[in-house]
Amino acid sequence: MLEFIHNHIQLIYLVILMIFVGIELISHVPSVLHTPLMSGANAIHGVVIIGAIIVMGQAEETLHMILGFVAVVLGTLNVVGGFVVTDRMLEMFKKKK
Amino acid sequence: MAHILQLLYLIAAVTFMLGLKMLSKPDTARRGNLIAAVGMTIAIFATIFIYRDANGNHLKNLLFIFAALIIGSIIGYVMAKKVQMTAMPQMVSFFNGMGGACAAIISVIEFGHLSHLNSGGHSEAFTDKIFIILAGLIIGSVSFTGSMVAYGKLEGKINDFHVKGQQFINIGLLLAILISSILFGVEFLQGMEWFYVILVLSVLYGLLFVFPIGGADMPVVISLLNSFTGIAAACGGFLYDNYVMLIGGILVGSAGTILTVAMCKAMNRSLTNVLVGNFGGGATSSASAGAQGSTKEITLSDASVLMKYAKKVVIVPGYGLAVAQAQHVCHELETILEEEGVQVKYAIHPVAGRMPGHMNVLLAESNVSYDKLVEMDDINPEFNTTDVVLVVGANDVVNPAAKTDPNSPIYGMPILEVENAKNIIILKRSMKAGYAGIDNDLFYRPKTFMLFGDAKDSLTKLVTEIKNS
Repeated sequence: MLEFIHNHIQLIYLVILMIFVGIELISHVPSVLHTPLMSGANAIHGVVIIGAIIVMGQAEETLHMILGFVAVVLGTLNVVGGFVVTDRMLEMFKKKK
Repeated sequence: MAHILQLLYLIAAVTFMLGLKMLSKPDTARRGNLIAAVGMTIAIFATIFIYRDANGNHLKNLLFIFAALIIGSIIGYVMAKKVQMTAMPQMVSFFNGMGGACAAIISVIEFGHLSHLNSGGHSEAFTDKIFIILAGLIIGSVSFTGSMVAYGKLEGKINDFHVKGQQFINIGLLLAILISSILFGVEFLQGMEWFYVILVLSVLYGLLFVFPIGGADMPVVISLLNSFTGIAAACGGFLYDNYVMLIGGILVGSAGTILTVAMCKAMNRSLTNVLVGNFGGGATSSASAGAQGSTKEITLSDASVLMKYAKKVVIVPGYGLAVAQAQHVCHELETILEEEGVQVKYAIHPVAGRMPGHMNVLLAESNVSYDKLVEMDDINPEFNTTDVVLVVGANDVVNPAAKTDPNSPIYGMPILEVENAKNIIILKRSMKAGYAGIDNDLFYRPKTFMLFGDAKDSLTKLVTEIKNS
């Protein structure tokens, strides 16, 4: 446990900071934007795709290739679908003169 | 080259924070989303071309990676473009599930590498990594199956389902997952098959966790699972020492949690209450006995005259509007009334529809200006001076029992105080109760008139009636 903290101390600081940043960024959102915001956040956690790309790029066995391929496809779905859906929602928030 | 990769990751991380910040203001929201998308693209291509492992090797299988990216992009783009505005909540849930599955698969593969390395005996790398891998696995798979159930429920493909004592089964399952993970992580459980046992248990938990939760609570669940997936993504940050994954994941994890709590607050319920107490199920017992009597129906022509000669009309949209796809004709009604000199506003309850902001998105689709969409706290004092309130497919959010009946399951939930208006017209398909499964005393009040029928149909008829009269 202690060893883990020691090995990853920078990351752990970052986690704590990001928790506060996340709370701060979201705390004053009008409820009008709740759905688009959730959807935008949904797209951002699609960053998990980077892990999938790394795994796929290092895969040697067929099984890992297949799994990695599926993971990249699913991750892309999350990223592309997430951003496009959010954009579609926000596209409609044009202000009328 | 490694320096350039770090710089590009840094840029991506900043765009995520900036994007989220901009997403929280109406004027900048769309640009915020685009900025985050650009950052994501940078991070993805930087990883593909510049990333090197500890031994300085480039990534292989580039052809397959691109194939997967293209397939995913096409499917994702088409789905996101084709989906109906009314089906947005389940779409978000679906994409969220994909991210969860992605995180779980990463854990499975990384475990493969790890157990391979570990076959020579105990290694320090094992203890260092196994818990992170397990966390990614568990959270990712719970998020995946949970999101899929939420998707199925909102699509109407899965019904609410719970067996007696399911809470205990769920808690037991959760404990089993935690305990076996710890024992496996400290290598008390030696067999590698335990990893897959934990995987199966997590998949099962995701299913059972969402099955009993009522449709009305799905937004909260989706938001919660959204932050789960964020945390699962952050686990990847630990695995690969990758700051951008960590930042993106934790940002969503913490922001998502805050959003979840905000949603619960809007319904005046605690998160545990949403997750454990099943809203729809136990509610019937306390259906208020006083809410009996007779309702009055109103004819189309009476309703149209009432609105046409009103000074101020407030429209209260609810899920019925979404189901009937009535947002366009609703806007048409608004325009016609305005031409007649009537002031028209929309009263938006924070949890109207299936997701906070759902109504705003729908009405914005039909070009309703968002200045006209008034939030609950701002519109409530205005009902006193409102001549006609038109409730379109909303029910629980206008139920006065939330203020007056301590036995009501929705007691304490802030509501739109439409009962203060001079006349209330309720567009409804039938006298069926709303999602909370309780009767609405408002329908029996002297000032309330019912107009039965499909919301779109009734609104269309109202528009014609007002035009012709």
